[in-house]
Amino acid sequence: MIRGRAWLFGDHINTDLIIPGRYLDDYSPENLVKHVMEAADPSFAKQVAKGDIIVAGRNFGCGSSREQAPLALKLAGVSGVIAVSFARIFFRNAVNVGLPVIICPQAHVLLRHGEDVEVDLDRGLVRSVLTGKELRFEPLPKFLVEILDNGGLVPYVRERLREE
Amino acid sequence: MGARTFAEKVLSRASGKDAQAGEIVTAKIDLAMSHENSALVLKAFKEMGAKRIKEPDKLVILFDHRVPASTVKAAESHKVVREFVRQEGIGTFYDLREGVCHEVLPSKGHVLPGMLVVGTDSHTTTHGALGAFATGIGATEMAAIWALGELWLRVPETMRLVMDGGLPPMVSAKDAILHVIGKMGADGADYQCVEFTGDVVERLSIAGRMVLSNMSVEMGAKAGVCFPDAKTEQFLSSRTQIPWHPVHTDDGAKVKVIKHFDLSELSPQVAKPHAVDNVVSVDQVRGMSIDQAFIGSCTNGRLEDLMAAEGVLRGKKASDKVRLIVAPASRDIYLEAIERGIIASLVRSGAIVLNPGCGPCLGAHEGLLAPGERCIATTNRNFRGRMGSPEAEIYLASPATVAASAIKGEIADPREVVP
Repeated sequence: MIRGRAWLFGDHINTDLIIPGRYLDDYSPENLVKHVMEAADPSFAKQVAKGDIIVAGRNFGCGSSREQAPLALKLAGVSGVIAVSFARIFFRNAVNVGLPVIICPQAHVLLRHGEDVEVDLDRGLVRSVLTGKELRFEPLPKFLVEILDNGGLVPYVRERLREE
Repeated sequence: MGARTFAEKVLSRASGKDAQAGEIVTAKIDLAMSHENSALVLKAFKEMGAKRIKEPDKLVILFDHRVPASTVKAAESHKVVREFVRQEGIGTFYDLREGVCHEVLPSKGHVLPGMLVVGTDSHTTTHGALGAFATGIGATEMAAIWALGELWLRVPETMRLVMDGGLPPMVSAKDAILHVIGKMGADGADYQCVEFTGDVVERLSIAGRMVLSNMSVEMGAKAGVCFPDAKTEQFLSSRTQIPWHPVHTDDGAKVKVIKHFDLSELSPQVAKPHAVDNVVSVDQVRGMSIDQAFIGSCTNGRLEDLMAAEGVLRGKKASDKVRLIVAPASRDIYLEAIERGIIASLVRSGAIVLNPGCGPCLGAHEGLLAPGERCIATTNRNFRGRMGSPEAEIYLASPATVAASAIKGEIADPREVVP
C-alpha cells in the first residue's frame, strides 16, 4: 500500500523533462533530487514530499534510457507513478530501481492535483481519500512484483548469485 | 511450430524455448553495449555482490556522451570505468576516441543479423538496420547481464511499416521517418517490433536504414528492423569473418498492424518543438529565424549525411547569424570526410567541426542553447530543455534541410538552395 499527495501531469512526460541530460555528469542523489521534473514543473523539486504520487497521461517516461529518471523521482520521495501508459524503458527502469508503476487509464481523470491518494498494489486499487472513489487496475505480473518487493533488481540479483 | 515473426524467432533462439508474442522470456544476450553510464552499471554490479563478469567477450564499452570529459565529474566517471575495464579485461573497450556507439558498433563488425543486442541507450534500436533485434535497456539491468549473461524480455508483437513509391530528390531517410512518426504518433508503436519494408527501404543505404531503425524508438518501438539483403552482405563482408544467417518473418506469421506509406511526393519534413511527432512539411515553417544549426548524432552524423550537407553548402557560407556545428559520428567517418575534402569544404562554409560524439544532441556540452534561441538539428529529439535552456526551441530535420537553413539564417527548403 502506498499513500501520498497526487501530482498531476499530462501526456508524453519525457525523460528530458524528468531529468535533463545536461545534469547527468553527476550521479549524486543530491544533484538528481535538485533538478527532478525541472522543465515540467519548476516548483516540483522544492515541494515534493515523501510518499507523493505522480499521476500522468499517456507514454510517461518516453525518450532516453537514463535510469536516473525513475531514480530521481524515487530519491525525491515519490512512492509511485500512475499513468495511462508508460514508455517501455522507463517502465523497466522504474521496477528495477524499486519504484512502483501503475497502469490505470482513468486515474488522471478521477484525481485532482494535490489530493491524497491511496494505492493498493496487491489488490490493484487506486483510491481517492477525499471522495472514496476507487479505480481498479491490473496488478503487475508476479515476477515484477517480486523484484519490487525485494526493493529493486540489485537485491534480486544478489539473492540469485548467492543461490548459485 | 507454426509461422513465426522475426522477433519470435530471435527471442526463441536466445531463450531456448518457443517464444510467442506477449510472453516473457529469459534470453541470453549476444551483444551488450554501454557508454558513460557504465559507471552506473558498475555501481549496481558491485552492489549485487557480483565477483566477475559472466561473459566478458559479449560486452562492448565506449564513451561518447561527454567526450573529451566535459566536467570533472564526467572525467571521474570515465576514470572509474577505465580502471575497471583494465582490471576485468572485458571484450572490447574503445574509450573515447572512436565516436558514437550506434555508429561504432555496426561499423566495427560487432553487430550481425539475427543477434539479440541490448544497450544502455534508447537508440540501440539503430542496430536493427542490419537485421538484428536491438533494444535499449537501463543501467541496473545491464549490471544483471554482466552478472548473469541474461535478461527478461517480453516478446513483442509485430508492426509492419511499408514505405513505397521511392523518395523524391533532396528527400532523405530522415524525412521519411519524420513523416511516419508524425502519422503514427509518439506512442504509435509502443512495445512493438517494427519491421520496415517496401521499395524505399530496399533502395536506402545501410546508413539510411539506420536512420529508420534509430528513430523507431521515437514512436515507442522496442525494436526497429530492416531485413538483410545484398547491401547488408556487402556492408558486413569487409567488417566481419563470422558467419551469419538472416532471420525473416515467416509468411503467415501474426503481424498485428500493417501500414502503408506512399512517399513518392514527400517533401522535406520538420518536427517542431517540443515533440518528435509534431511533424510538418518544411514549407509550413520556412522563414523562421534560427541561431544554431547542428549536423551530427547517431541519427545523421554518417558520411552520406555530411556529404548531403556539404552538397548544399558547397561554395556558400553559413549565415553570420547562425552557429553551424558539425560532429561526424565516428573517427572513421571523420577521417574519410577529411580525406575526401568534405570537412575542408564545410569549414570554408563557416562550420565549427567537433570531435565525434553525442555532445550537443543531449545537451551535455559543445553547443548548448540560451533561452529564446532556436536550433535546427539533424538529431532525434526536440524535447523541451534537451539541448540547453527549457526556453529554447529545437526543430528536427534532414542534413540537407539543416544545411540550407544555415545558409539562409532561417528554416529553408533545401530544394530552393540547390535547384
